[in-house]
Amino acid sequence: MKSKTMFRTVGLLAAAAACCKTLPAQDTIKVGVLHSLSGTMAISETTLKDTILMMIDAQNRKGGLLGKKLEAVVVDPASNWPLFAEKAAQLLEKDKVAVVFGCWTSVSRKSVLPVFEKDDGLLFYPVQYEGEESSKNVIYTGAAPNQQAIPAVDYLMKEVGVKRWVLEGTDYVYPRTTNKILEAYLQQKGVKAEDISINYTPFGFSDWQTRVAAIKKFGSAGKKTAVVSTINGDANVPFYKELGNQKVSAEDIPVVAFSVGEEELSGLDAKPLVGHLAAWNYFESISTPANKAFIEQWHAYIKNPKRTTNDPMEAHYIGFNLWVKAVQKAKTTDVEKVLAALPGTETPNLTGGTAKVLPNHHITKPVYIGEVKADGQFNVVWKSTGEVPGDAWSDYLPGSKDIEADWVTLKCGNYNTVTKKCSGQNYK
Amino acid sequence: MTGHLRSGGQRLLMPLLALLSAVPAPGQSPKDASFLSTLGELREAAYSEKAAIAERLSQTGHPSVRAVLTALLEDRLYFRNSDQKVFIVKATDVDPLNVIDPLSLKSAGSAPADSLTQIGTNNSLRRMLRTTVAHFSLSSPDAAVRLDAVRDMLRSLDDTTVALLRERLPVETNSGVRKEISTGLALAALDGSDARARLEAIATLRQSVSQDVRNRLALLVAKSADGSFAESDENVRRAAAAAVDTIDRWRTFYAAFETLFFGLSLGSVLVLIAIGLAITFGVMGVINMAHGELMMLGAYTTYVVQAAMPGYIGISILAAIPAAFIVAGLTGVLMERTIIRFLYGRPLETLLATFGVSLILQQTVRSIFTALNRSVVTPDWMSGSLRLNDALAITYDRLYIVIFTLIVFALIQLVLKRTRIGLDIRAVSQNRAMAKAMGIRTEWVDAMTFGLGSGIAGVAGVALSQLTNVGPNLGQSYIIDSFMVVVFGGVGNLWGALIGGMSMGIVNKLLEPYAGAVLAKIFVLIALILFIQTRPRGLFPQAGRAGEDK
Repeated sequence: MKSKTMFRTVGLLAAAAACCKTLPAQDTIKVGVLHSLSGTMAISETTLKDTILMMIDAQNRKGGLLGKKLEAVVVDPASNWPLFAEKAAQLLEKDKVAVVFGCWTSVSRKSVLPVFEKDDGLLFYPVQYEGEESSKNVIYTGAAPNQQAIPAVDYLMKEVGVKRWVLEGTDYVYPRTTNKILEAYLQQKGVKAEDISINYTPFGFSDWQTRVAAIKKFGSAGKKTAVVSTINGDANVPFYKELGNQKVSAEDIPVVAFSVGEEELSGLDAKPLVGHLAAWNYFESISTPANKAFIEQWHAYIKNPKRTTNDPMEAHYIGFNLWVKAVQKAKTTDVEKVLAALPGTETPNLTGGTAKVLPNHHITKPVYIGEVKADGQFNVVWKSTGEVPGDAWSDYLPGSKDIEADWVTLKCGNYNTVTKKCSGQNYK
Repeated sequence: MTGHLRSGGQRLLMPLLALLSAVPAPGQSPKDASFLSTLGELREAAYSEKAAIAERLSQTGHPSVRAVLTALLEDRLYFRNSDQKVFIVKATDVDPLNVIDPLSLKSAGSAPADSLTQIGTNNSLRRMLRTTVAHFSLSSPDAAVRLDAVRDMLRSLDDTTVALLRERLPVETNSGVRKEISTGLALAALDGSDARARLEAIATLRQSVSQDVRNRLALLVAKSADGSFAESDENVRRAAAAAVDTIDRWRTFYAAFETLFFGLSLGSVLVLIAIGLAITFGVMGVINMAHGELMMLGAYTTYVVQAAMPGYIGISILAAIPAAFIVAGLTGVLMERTIIRFLYGRPLETLLATFGVSLILQQTVRSIFTALNRSVVTPDWMSGSLRLNDALAITYDRLYIVIFTLIVFALIQLVLKRTRIGLDIRAVSQNRAMAKAMGIRTEWVDAMTFGLGSGIAGVAGVALSQLTNVGPNLGQSYIIDSFMVVVFGGVGNLWGALIGGMSMGIVNKLLEPYAGAVLAKIFVLIALILFIQTRPRGLFPQAGRAGEDK
């Protein structure tokens, strides 16, 4: 009881302090930004916070939304997964935000999921992830495995002629699930078990000598070998350095990465990495008028002409525009109505195509495969024909083959097409 | 793949040449004109077509071919947006770009970077170009260039390459290059019809330790699906099997040597981060939780020094060593004077206080340099690897760090054993009261000792900046390791830190291929706990009073 009163007092004080700085609450629409601004993930997530602030700024200049100004509520979950849930609850229950843009790692998303479902919030999640999930309250604007991992493996298999595979990842849920899907996929394509090597290393691993020597050995069996890397975060820097030092060239053993983009490369000397690959749905180097305008807008906003743009930024760009369109369509920011308006909503992406929200709450995205250039940018060497629709439940895993997500007709995120049952929400 | 493209190129060549030579530009020979127009095709072509175009270019025999193809390989071939003219660019990291005319190979002035468009390449194209350029490098006056060229050519042997190698062998003077050429010719001879020639080739190949050679020989003894052998002659098969065995034995030997080196290099990093701690924790008995952050300061000092002398990346790292020693050492002295000296004899409070200092240092760095990692450039002399033979190459950065560790260790021993301050340090650590009675300023010695330990941590930070990410959390990932080494080696004993660190590194690397990086570390930790159970004072327990106190 006592603590409740205290909380209220603190809340009132905070409100009193806030009242004089910002406009009265009823005149603005609040937009929550849930990205780590400190801790290990700050490197990647700070950029996304700035992206959303930039989008809000631009929207307000255009006159806001539904005649109201947008107001950003920025919180810092500090790369601490349980804190993500607390901060999400604060955004939804205390600040009553209309929408939240946030999260990077899958573990942080899993942490906030129950909060969003309980409080009926709306989250736009901008990062490529392992799939096997579709929540009523989340719009996944990043790539599902069939929009990144599977096309990349296909490219290596068909265009490069790779016969032997090293699946190298950081030890957590995204690499483990992705590698499980890839292993099943490769085996279906006739790759033998002895031609697949899977290995995991901890976050922030830096002594790559033995692993790179092992990759070299595995790759010298006379069959074309490639490394599929789901190594995440700053462990990539010493990994690529060691590859360069041990002279593993992209011409012999190419490494295709799913978590290395322009931002990560801007921190290291890219010359030894020339030719290694990355699969994304967006590259800064793709030259379209929309992308050029976006890069200019970003440089002007961040006041640094050297800052790069990357794939998750584009996902936020798409996500924000989709939300604006859905709100305009629904003529309200009420989550229930916006969620009903979202499927089918379309917005142009930055690479000349269209992003459309699907009934499974994923979006359509083009797939690009790029080779690293000496200046840290990517040279696109392959592009999917048109956009690929995101698939929530992988077709290659025995457990999820029969599961379907459809929030329009089935109203279910995990409908089993064999047993004809919706097993309810799934957030493990 | 290469052969494929080659035949395609030849088919296209004749009609195109005829077509092009019909319209020579004024002032150019027909040869120049055809060269230029073929070059022009590179602008719009898909990657798969570019390989064929490059092949046609090399067949024109134009004197500029080599320069143009090398430029294409190194991403230095551009075309001007205004008139589509192709240029070679001297270096790509400047603006405006200095352009070179592809025909005369003379400078054609400079142009702003955004007025030119790069002609891109991909992996398979670069692979093909490398072989083509290698053909030209075969007659280079530099033996190292020739050696690289032959190695590049060995990766994709075809008739043209073999003919070139055969031509080169009699005139080649360098023995290393001769050996590589003979290997290449022997590999080609394996496809010949004469069994005696094949046997001779195997005798040559037997001396190689290259994995490619081994794979090629293994193919001879492999059974195909219908039970027949790829190699028909039994004698040749037997010789090939024996050769594969020999090569495998050598490779196993070199692999063991490589693992040993990996272990030593990991060990030397452990020793480097533990020496400073062996002084502060071992000699002074201070549990310094901020030791890792002192290393981080050293790493950031390297970054700052490098940023301050942009033109001298090669020596900036050497200049950073004394700078990091001074920065971290002074921070250490400051810590000792303001905090630690009030807490002597109270290990728990020291632990908490220094932990607080570590957080302050981290946040300070974060405020100054932001939370983002800083990139410290590895100088050229520390990149790449020292190639001993086809089976063994040692990376330079690790090699230098092993040597550096040994130098630092020797210097510290020298300071402690041969200098006045070293004598004072040893006296105070053995018997403080007696040393004080002898007129040694123990307080000053304490500050110096702590400064020395901290300075060494800073120097370790310089080495770490070459191996891992320079960020505010750098220290945290190494602090546990360094305490482990000191406890294992025996508190207060530098030799213990050296032997302990090296053996932990080697055991870790021996286990890693079987257990994986995570499990290997767990095993080492468990083994260490068991060891401490039987020998609580570590490998080399400290004799005398200081040892007894603990």
